[in-house]
Amino acid sequence: MAGKIDDYIAKLERTRVWRSVFRSGTGSSTLHRALAIQQNVFLHLFSTKVRRRMLGFKATWYLGTLTLGTFLILVITGILLMLYYRPAVPQAYADVKDLQFVVSSGLFLRNLHRWAAHTMVLLAFAHLFRVFYRGAYRPPREFNWVIGIVLLMVTLLLSYTGYLLPWDQLAYWAITVGSNISATVPVIGEKVRFLMLGGHQVNANALLRFYVLHCVILPLAAVLFIAVHFWRIRKDGGLYVRQSEPIREPAKEDESAVLEKV
Amino acid sequence: MTEPKDFIAGIGSDIKKSQKRVLFVTRRTSAQVRVFDEERVQTYPEALFRAALAIELLTIALVLISLFFNAPLEGLADPTNTPNPAKAPWYFLGLQEMLHYFPPVVAGVLIPMVLVVALVVIPYFNVNIEADGLFLKNRHRRLNIFYAGAIGLSLFLWFFHVYVALIPTLVIAAIMLVAAFSSPTSSQPLRRYLAAKPVSWWVMTWFLLELIVLTVVGTFFRGPGWSWVLPWRS
Repeated sequence: MAGKIDDYIAKLERTRVWRSVFRSGTGSSTLHRALAIQQNVFLHLFSTKVRRRMLGFKATWYLGTLTLGTFLILVITGILLMLYYRPAVPQAYADVKDLQFVVSSGLFLRNLHRWAAHTMVLLAFAHLFRVFYRGAYRPPREFNWVIGIVLLMVTLLLSYTGYLLPWDQLAYWAITVGSNISATVPVIGEKVRFLMLGGHQVNANALLRFYVLHCVILPLAAVLFIAVHFWRIRKDGGLYVRQSEPIREPAKEDESAVLEKV
Repeated sequence: MTEPKDFIAGIGSDIKKSQKRVLFVTRRTSAQVRVFDEERVQTYPEALFRAALAIELLTIALVLISLFFNAPLEGLADPTNTPNPAKAPWYFLGLQEMLHYFPPVVAGVLIPMVLVVALVVIPYFNVNIEADGLFLKNRHRRLNIFYAGAIGLSLFLWFFHVYVALIPTLVIAAIMLVAAFSSPTSSQPLRRYLAAKPVSWWVMTWFLLELIVLTVVGTFFRGPGWSWVLPWRS
């Protein structure tokens, strides 16, 4: 049965339609694997080869990868939450209540979104400090460090704008505290707060603005900067390596295999 | 005198191909070429599968947390009923703690702006790229700057009663003092380690400690009127 399915898939992969979509073809040769990265619009952000010693947990603690992971979880759960949520007063609060008590798995969905959001902020900070303590901000990676700071800001703003959406006491007063601070910026403070809230205090306009920021503008900004962030890793010569980290010699058997072929 | 550094400052000249890193080290007589060669593996499947596995494990952990702990949801927003204390999200509670001592324009605008600018400029200063031990060069001058800075900052925090931020500052200053009187050839590993740390490392570590202390205090130890409370006695 399994063999039949494999045959069928293999046949499918040889068809003209399939090959028009996936040009690299399939196979486990080095060329095919390189093409799998190179000829994919998303994966070509990465280099086709990476240093083996950078794959260990010790080098990066996978903090950047995990931050991306939380972002993916947030996009998926966020889209599902949008199906049940209206950014209006007082419907917003009622919708969140419904998510808690009426919608199937709504409570789980909201929990996952909330805890993933907190985790993302935590991981972004951890990633920042990890990169700093490795010294990985050094040239030619300076600008990628700056993009990282931008991404941290976007992450904080995403979390902050999402904080208002349940429209409960916790949300309302947290955002009130924050927006009052922005009003203290000299000269333009009041204007900035008015722009941010669509009024002089947190109200239905503010909820709508935060919703648009949270669900459209900031995620788009995040995706854009994440793409640049990844692409710069390749352009800047891969992940930063410390000279003191041991280089593993290429396995001897590989060499002999090559020699035999020759 | 100093231990060999952990890296060589300079720009890799071969970022395009990046199979080999070539570094030119000029000597008095001729240029030397050093070549580093190392094993590389295919991104697909080696790196991508590891990344996928890491994300899957994270997802499992988050799903478990979400099954057992519910996200908070309080009563409907009520502009006429201010909770005491009204707290910002946890990652801003360090700033809110500062808001307790300084005017909003300082705590809410000046401090965050300085932080962001300070983070952005790190890789653009040679002192952070070379990253020599803080007290190894220009020792006398740097010690004086350190004394002035540490005492000045501590007095400032003490004057405004910011004891929450003062204590981490004193802790870091004390460790820096140990570093100042340690040599990179010391027999104790810890003192060797501290003596080799550059200025950016100290500032960042101080910032990290402040961030953790202020956030924990703001989250767990602040109650009505921003007074001290014990989280286990509520």
